Amino acid sequence: MLSGILVFNQKGENLIFRAFRSDCRPRLADIFRIQVIANPQVRSPILTLGSTTFSHVKHENIYLVAVTKSNANAALVFEFLYRLIVLGRSYFGKFDEEAVKNNFVLIYELLDEILDFGYPQNTETDTLKMYITTEGVKSAIANSPTDSSRITQQATGALSWRRSDIKYRKNEAFVDVIEDVNLLMSATGTILRADVNGQIVMRAYLTGTPECKFGLNDRLLLDSGTSSGANGGRGGGGISGNKQTTRAAAGSVTLEDCQFHQCVKLGRFDADRIISFVPPDGEFELMRYRATENVNLPFKVHPIVREIGTTKVEYSVAIKANYSSKLFATNVVVRIPTPLNTAKTTERTSQGRAKYEPEQNNIVWKIPRFSGQSEYVLNAEATLTSMTHQKAWSRPPLSLSFSILMFTSSGLLVRYLKVFEKGNYSSVKWVRYMTRAGSYEIRYV
Amino acid sequence: MSSGGDAKLFARGKVAELRQELHSGGKKDKNYSAKKIALKKIVANMTMSNNDMVALFPDVIECMNLPSLEIKKMCFLFLVNYSRMKPEVAMKALPILVDDMEDTNPLVRALALRTISYVHVREFVEATFQPLKRLMQDNDPYVRKTAAFCVAKLYEHDKKTVENSDLIDRLNRMLKDENPTVVSSVLASLCDIWGRSESISLTIDYVSASKLVSILPDCSEWGQSYILEALMSYVPQDTAEALLLAERVAPRLSHQNSAVVLTACRVILYLMNYIADEKHITSLCRKLSPPLVTLLSKPPEVQYLALRNAILILQKRPEVLRNDIRVFFCNYNDPIYVKVTKLELMFMLTTKDNISIVLAELREYATEIDVHFVRKAVRAIGKLAIKIESAAKQCIDTLLELVGAKIPYIVQEATVVIRNIFRKYPNQYESIISHVIRNIDDLDEPEAKAAVIWIIGQYADRIENSDGLLQDYLATFHDETVEVQLALLTATVKLFIQRPTKGQQLVPQVLKWCTEETDDPDLRDRGYMYWRLLSTDPATAKQVVMGQKPPITAESEKLDPRTLEELCLNVGTLATVYLKPIHQVFRAARPRRLQHSPALQRPRVEDGTASMLEYNPPTASMASASTSNSGLATITTTGNPISPINAPPPPTFPLDPNATGGGAGANAIHAADSYFNGIGSQQMAAMDLGGRGDGGAGSGGAPQSQFVVTQNQQQGYQPQYAGGAATGELLLL
Repeated sequence: MLSGILVFNQKGENLIFRAFRSDCRPRLADIFRIQVIANPQVRSPILTLGSTTFSHVKHENIYLVAVTKSNANAALVFEFLYRLIVLGRSYFGKFDEEAVKNNFVLIYELLDEILDFGYPQNTETDTLKMYITTEGVKSAIANSPTDSSRITQQATGALSWRRSDIKYRKNEAFVDVIEDVNLLMSATGTILRADVNGQIVMRAYLTGTPECKFGLNDRLLLDSGTSSGANGGRGGGGISGNKQTTRAAAGSVTLEDCQFHQCVKLGRFDADRIISFVPPDGEFELMRYRATENVNLPFKVHPIVREIGTTKVEYSVAIKANYSSKLFATNVVVRIPTPLNTAKTTERTSQGRAKYEPEQNNIVWKIPRFSGQSEYVLNAEATLTSMTHQKAWSRPPLSLSFSILMFTSSGLLVRYLKVFEKGNYSSVKWVRYMTRAGSYEIRYV
Repeated sequence: MSSGGDAKLFARGKVAELRQELHSGGKKDKNYSAKKIALKKIVANMTMSNNDMVALFPDVIECMNLPSLEIKKMCFLFLVNYSRMKPEVAMKALPILVDDMEDTNPLVRALALRTISYVHVREFVEATFQPLKRLMQDNDPYVRKTAAFCVAKLYEHDKKTVENSDLIDRLNRMLKDENPTVVSSVLASLCDIWGRSESISLTIDYVSASKLVSILPDCSEWGQSYILEALMSYVPQDTAEALLLAERVAPRLSHQNSAVVLTACRVILYLMNYIADEKHITSLCRKLSPPLVTLLSKPPEVQYLALRNAILILQKRPEVLRNDIRVFFCNYNDPIYVKVTKLELMFMLTTKDNISIVLAELREYATEIDVHFVRKAVRAIGKLAIKIESAAKQCIDTLLELVGAKIPYIVQEATVVIRNIFRKYPNQYESIISHVIRNIDDLDEPEAKAAVIWIIGQYADRIENSDGLLQDYLATFHDETVEVQLALLTATVKLFIQRPTKGQQLVPQVLKWCTEETDDPDLRDRGYMYWRLLSTDPATAKQVVMGQKPPITAESEKLDPRTLEELCLNVGTLATVYLKPIHQVFRAARPRRLQHSPALQRPRVEDGTASMLEYNPPTASMASASTSNSGLATITTTGNPISPINAPPPPTFPLDPNATGGGAGANAIHAADSYFNGIGSQQMAAMDLGGRGDGGAGSGGAPQSQFVVTQNQQQGYQPQYAGGAATGELLLL
């Protein structure tokens, strides 16, 4: 397993060096600095030199590096690095160079706790915070051995993610259904790919050890065996969001696949598709899912891009909202690529504001609020400078970002969330839906 | 949570100052805050590998017993870091650690045990054995799981002593522990020991395996990975057992942690080898696809891993992922390593039914900015022409369309793949030769030049001015790379054979250059061979040189069965990123093989490589011979102790007239044929469409061809690491 964990800043300064095996020598820090940080040609997150492998992840302005020898479980290595980021954020708010420098001793303490001989141990924030805190005074030695036993039971128990002594005066649970809708549309308007990556995030403020049961309008067709590619009857996209919601409420959605938080009893889901769990305290990602059938595309875009000789490009981009007129999208941003040798641009829009961003080679059209069923148009022109070395413009796709509340592209709905606890208290549950643009790209001729 | 504010302590310090600080504070400093600050500075300096800090060892040990866990942890960290540099001073800390292992606080006991076993000093290791045996039976599970890992740690320090003790037996007995975390830790420890031992074997019977699966839900995600990994040591004796277990492992595929998902995939794929009923296999395969695709919504590094493993799994079980090609289309913002791997998968998943959408997609990629990716996309189009015969025309049209844009690197790449298409479909698409020749002036990379030269030579009789074209290249013969020179030699000979009048002036000149004015052994050898061939019997020469060659296939893409089997037992590991035989990348890794049992469904592949080499010269062994330097070649010039430069002119060589006559001669010709075919050209590389993956933008002088879409390509892997000799190129995909 892991031989060591290293953290670097962008300059290649080594901020953390923790070896877990004697084969993790200090000079490996120099090797990583030279071979990866100082090497602009690095294009892979994994580098094997001799018998040493460096696996790295970049986060904010730091590199998190795992050193392994031999043929390690690479998935575990990366999951661990990402978990380290989660932990860092939950401890320090932001996990960047400054946070690492400000808390390096605590990070060493954490690393010693969450890795033993390079094997990841309990990494549940809640449990760790019981005995590893930024104020050293509170740490467990001050507590009695019985307190410590409570911690150790928790860290090795079957519910390692939840303390047993949680109390709330008001018991509440918030469920956020967040969907990223991905679209790839060809220049001819055919949908090459449309799917939804959903995420259900829960914030549970519940007393004791609550057993939760969670129900969706899922068609239980995970394994129908007739998954017909990604081109089911969408395309038209003329169904309004409103109608869709009602249809979905009456009907159901087909989830291609689901993945659950550690707390969910997978055996039960596999057997009868009941999502049952004892939640961690506070915020966590309950599940992720994927849907590819009947995806409702919230926006339809018609770009017309014409290159006039070598000196000018003309744009006309129309965008129409496909959801119910009762809903609206916020922060709609359309990024319209311009050639690298654009000198200046002029834009006219029927709504929102457009601006040329030379460093991104984009015209950025922002519409703060976009009501359902409305349609807006942008006309623009980019004037090009002549270049000695005329290179064809690669025409990257036009892309969109947005978010729409109370709308799910997949049609997914939460049907119930039941909480059972021996205290038998009543609890309040809230559900919120949001659809965002994942990779929403439209190509043009 | 407040921020520590320790950044100011993160600075280089001097030993004397730090020592003074460490001793300051005195009695008034109840919380030892002065000491804490000093220790933090020391830890910071340790990170900066300021090895002067080792001088503070005695002072740090003094602090070890202060009643503050925070201080203790920093002191322990110091100890673990520097004990090997000053073992004699470190010894002073030993009693403290031994004491702590008897502390009433389980966290302290575990901390002491964890720390002592990190110290690679003989006395520390010896002092661990006795307390460890006690702590393995501690009443606190946290201490027990720490003790379980401790055995593997001791095994790293001192194999022999551990093997001679009863520690491994005791560890084994801990598998009966009632706490799932302890059990998973024991398994991780045992597997770790297994991995670094030659003698210890790890076997799990059905009852234990079944019990392990039942505790999976009560383990942490990491614990689940350890258990799943350990299940690879269970050898099903009965096909029903294998099936039952696979079905019970399947729910893990829905876990959020990709390590759990991929390790579960590994176990299920492994168990399938022991399942008889095809129906069940199909249904299990169907369960594998969605989780693999879902991993594509994870961070790019995990996506990459999922994709590499998909390439692997697809070769073993083609029914997986069959309907999912669109999810592997590249997003514009995917990192390059993800894109390139998606491209490979797209190639594998393309069938004659979906080729149209794939071609449209690939054409789109060919307009992107990243040159390397564009080239791979172009190559993929060419390879699809070879893979799917019915779509060859469509692929060629797409290629010609791209060539029309006259972007130099696209033209070069297209030239290479079109050459391969000619080799696959002789006498079908030669009408496009003129399109290729038209761009001849744009070619400046050796591989592309070699490709076009091959085309000219092969079709010398159809290209009107073939001699003129060759002559243009021959003018700069001495400046070309060996790859191009070899191609020129062969092409000139082909020209001569097909159009003797046009070639008769060129051939002697080229043969002279190749035999007398070059140091390259391959070029010389081939030069001599042609020379002798032509001077002996022109008719046979024609038969040999222009003889029919078996068409190439896209099959050499595939991993050989042995490697495939081995890699499938290692799904999710680093080796799956490289998709190479594991011992080639990780020499120290203990090999895993499919174990025999009455339930094993197919005979073990004894020598799968034989069939691979049968007609596929440029794989491993041949390729290495061809790229070898002259050092090797001088050894192989058997019998004639000639120096390469002063070789006697060919005609004086005694030639056995019978050699070309009888059956033996025919065999020899055949062998020679395949030899030429093999080394003859790196440039003829279409043969293996999959060997090497040097990714440079054609700049490197390395005589290697660049291929798309290969499984075998090395990605950022460098077998021999020698100091700073590593080149900047090693990470090019």
